[in-house]
Amino acid sequence: MSFELLFDPLFRVPFFTGLLLAGLLPLIGMYLRLRGEWLAALAFAQMASAGALLAMVLGWPMLAGGALAALLAALAKGIAAAAGANAYALMMLLAWGAGVLLVANHPLAEQAGHALFDGQLYFTGEGHLLAVGLVCAGAVPVLLRLNRPLLLARFFPEFHQARGLDARPRLMLFDLLAGVVIALATVSIGVMAAFALVFVPPLVAYRFGRSWRFGLGLAALIGMGGYSLAFALSLAFDQPFGPVCAVLLVALILLLGVKSDRL
Amino acid sequence: MDGILLRVTGLMAGYATPVAGPLTFELRRGEILGLAGPNGAGKSTLLKALWGGVKVFGGRVEKAPGLAISHQAQGFDDLRGVPLTGRELLALTGAAPAGLPPWLTERLDWRLDRLSGGQLQFLRLWACLAAPADIVLLDEPSNNLDRAGVDYLADWLGRAHADQGIVIVSHDPALIDRVCTRVIEVGVDKVVPVQ
Repeated sequence: MSFELLFDPLFRVPFFTGLLLAGLLPLIGMYLRLRGEWLAALAFAQMASAGALLAMVLGWPMLAGGALAALLAALAKGIAAAAGANAYALMMLLAWGAGVLLVANHPLAEQAGHALFDGQLYFTGEGHLLAVGLVCAGAVPVLLRLNRPLLLARFFPEFHQARGLDARPRLMLFDLLAGVVIALATVSIGVMAAFALVFVPPLVAYRFGRSWRFGLGLAALIGMGGYSLAFALSLAFDQPFGPVCAVLLVALILLLGVKSDRL
Repeated sequence: MDGILLRVTGLMAGYATPVAGPLTFELRRGEILGLAGPNGAGKSTLLKALWGGVKVFGGRVEKAPGLAISHQAQGFDDLRGVPLTGRELLALTGAAPAGLPPWLTERLDWRLDRLSGGQLQFLRLWACLAAPADIVLLDEPSNNLDRAGVDYLADWLGRAHADQGIVIVSHDPALIDRVCTRVIEVGVDKVVPVQ
């Protein structure tokens, strides 16, 4: 066990890349949960993972491949909105199957596949940090603007139409934003950690938030705190980051005793 | 339209096939129009047709230019677990909390899932009633309200709302009689002016 690695400059870029994502992913998760679409996060992450693997095999940048696949998934979700959870399950199966086939048939894909699943955050470079920083800087103001339309769509679905307005472009924009953020997270911190950070902090925030605004802040804080602790533990005990992050966040749920009827 | 907010002529509405109508009426500012009639007559369907929520099979709905419509629908999503307060809910539609009954004002900062069914229904109703709009459409507004809630609603509707036109669908004849300036019996196509 060594905590000295935590202060090694080599790990600063990966740490801050993940920290930015750990603040943003729970916010995306709050709105996905609001819309009853949290399963979409897993579908986007799996699609991004398969896209990144395919890009690597073709000699393209993995980041671009992951983002493109997740964007296609977000568009498919918008088009097949009526299919709901069925569409997400089909996307997951498609991405899962394609990913395993790539790993089985390409030696380089096997190593990258493990890294994407386990979340070998330490391979994250300055390119990831720059991309994540830019996306965060753009995503936060966009989410602030989308907050009201997304809440209205849930609580007063007829509000915009009754006023002769069309809310669909804004809802579609959220889908695309979620796709991009989850794709970036998948290629930076792995499928497992990305999904855990989208799913678990909002679960706690919905249970304990005193208001929507408070819930958003609470979710971001839980994400960043849980991520930082998982990062430190995985480094200190030389464990893969993704499973440590997922287990730690689920342990938080058990510790807080979130009632099953609130899940 | 000469001061007319809404002119409805021979409106037939439904889903796969027409299930309601024909309905003809005009609505002016300051009027409260009641749509009465038995269950299944298609009152709620006709109300939705006024803003495009269902398919119109025949007739016409003419609106004054730039008209804003606020519609309170029946039913509500399951709110369990969503950390939204009453104040945040009202802010969504732009409804001002001023004028709310005291038993709700003091609970505005509570989460919605901590309110009773009646309190939640009234808050939801208020979010539509007090939202900036030229026409307010209310679908069974007294459902789930207790006596105090119905009385407060009727008093509020009974006060002058010179800038708005209101259409109410209700199976509660007492509420219709108390607040409406005109009543149309849906399915009978008969207009009953209220003195």
